Amino acid sequence: MANRPQPRFPEPHTEPFWEGVQQGELRYQRCNEDCAEPVVFYPRHHCPDCGSDNLDWHASSGEGTVYTFSVVMQNRMPGFIDLGAYSVAYIDLDEGFRMMSSVVGVDNPVEDIHIGQRVRVEFEEQDEGEYPIPVFRPIQE
Amino acid sequence: MAQERQAAIVGIHEYPLRVAPGVSAMNIKVDSIRAALDDAGLKWSDIDAIYDAQDGEAGGGLQLAAYLGLRPTVLDTTQVGGSSYEFQAAHAMRDIAAGKCNVAVLSYGSTSASNRVAIGTGGRGGPATWATNMEAPYGSTLISNYAMVKQRHKFEYGTTDEQFAGISVATRHHAMRNPEAVKAMTDLQFVGVNEITPQDVLDSRVVADPLHLLECCMISDGGGALIIASADVARGCKKPPVWLIGGGEATKYRENGGDITTSAGAQSGPIAFGEAGVSPDEIDIAMIYDSFTITVAVCLEDLGFCPKGEVGAYVEGGRLAFDSGEGPALNTDGGGLSSNHPGMRGIFLLLEGARQLRGESTSQVPDAKLAVAHGNGGLLGGTHTGGTVILAKD
Ligand SMILES: [Zn+2]
Repeated sequence: MANRPQPRFPEPHTEPFWEGVQQGELRYQRCNEDCAEPVVFYPRHHCPDCGSDNLDWHASSGEGTVYTFSVVMQNRMPGFIDLGAYSVAYIDLDEGFRMMSSVVGVDNPVEDIHIGQRVRVEFEEQDEGEYPIPVFRPIQE
Repeated sequence: MAQERQAAIVGIHEYPLRVAPGVSAMNIKVDSIRAALDDAGLKWSDIDAIYDAQDGEAGGGLQLAAYLGLRPTVLDTTQVGGSSYEFQAAHAMRDIAAGKCNVAVLSYGSTSASNRVAIGTGGRGGPATWATNMEAPYGSTLISNYAMVKQRHKFEYGTTDEQFAGISVATRHHAMRNPEAVKAMTDLQFVGVNEITPQDVLDSRVVADPLHLLECCMISDGGGALIIASADVARGCKKPPVWLIGGGEATKYRENGGDITTSAGAQSGPIAFGEAGVSPDEIDIAMIYDSFTITVAVCLEDLGFCPKGEVGAYVEGGRLAFDSGEGPALNTDGGGLSSNHPGMRGIFLLLEGARQLRGESTSQVPDAKLAVAHGNGGLLGGTHTGGTVILAKD
């Protein structure tokens, strides 16, 4: 089991995202105006491209590609001290948003994670706290 | 373009110690201001502008003015991380040109080493925000953030660990000639206070893959101050003025589909070079924030020293060493990697740039005429700032 830091509330922008996570959904926002970059992430109350507040939430397929990553060899902070070497990654979801996450489920993160690797979200249950944490696992071809 | 020469660095001081137990950050600031004024031949009451990055125990330029006992006509509290001092120098240049002030002081004091501040490996506290709630669960450290940029640079352009290591080798070469840097490395108990090879860097432990220990800056105490004055004041000072001839600022952050290998420097650099009317190939001294090797690599490209993606080949062969004869000379004081990094290194970029243009560096480039100081603040692979200042010899 994992013991990652939980999101903290009240924090109005990210509340719908984390409610989605509790329901097994990876949510992102889209701007409803006719603007060039309609995908909004991280969650906000406005579209950073056009400034509109006319946004809707959508559910992602949860599949994407590793844009880049690092492997932290050791972290003495609570929640990470027991993980040993773990990855931090930016994942480009197929819907066009980039999120920070971790690629899990590999024997050796330095050797087994690659830029361009296809990954799928899973909602990792935590020892404590009401929110599972979305992490990504390589898709077996 | 006609070059404006309206503001100059006239007084400098770098606090000599990197481990200073029992000394407060405010003490370091005030000792440094006094020494920088003395270097300039100016007095306490000449100061009419304070630029403060809200460091020190008191917190904020408001408290610094009270602590110093000054009544400035300009109070600028720009805090944008390690590049705060490049932003402030550019603001001082602008304010002096506008006639708002004549003698500006920038200062820094930090006791990060004595307080055991985990700058690179610790988490990030504070209240929950729209960003922290999306990132805190993943244990992203400052070092892993920069490491993600290096990983992508290696992938996209084929840059090798050996090429990145050349940046650490050059700064150590300079540090070994700087007695204060040698003392810093000794006091901070570096393993091997000596010149290093690329292989030494590759053999050092991996902190956050793909960044090795010898690609990461130290965590020290320290600080310093500089005095920037109008042309009229500068002409009466003890040392030759070092002119501020261009400044640029920018910010960049994680964006959907964005290019993580391009930094804010790609915006701030051209603005500063444009204002100065000079080009990167004329620069003798490149003072570039070396929090990590990747920071220097990306910023060399973004400032225009070489095209994007080609920094590996550019730094190969040791051109960044002060005695390579090729130039530009990189971080001739030893840099954050091997001389001084209490958390916000930006002020030291300006101090060493000024020393070079005065002919006072311990790794002096003969007849150095132009320097660039480029600070990067925040997270290179996330939200960060870039501040670029061009300095010219009198
Ligand atoms: Zn929009």
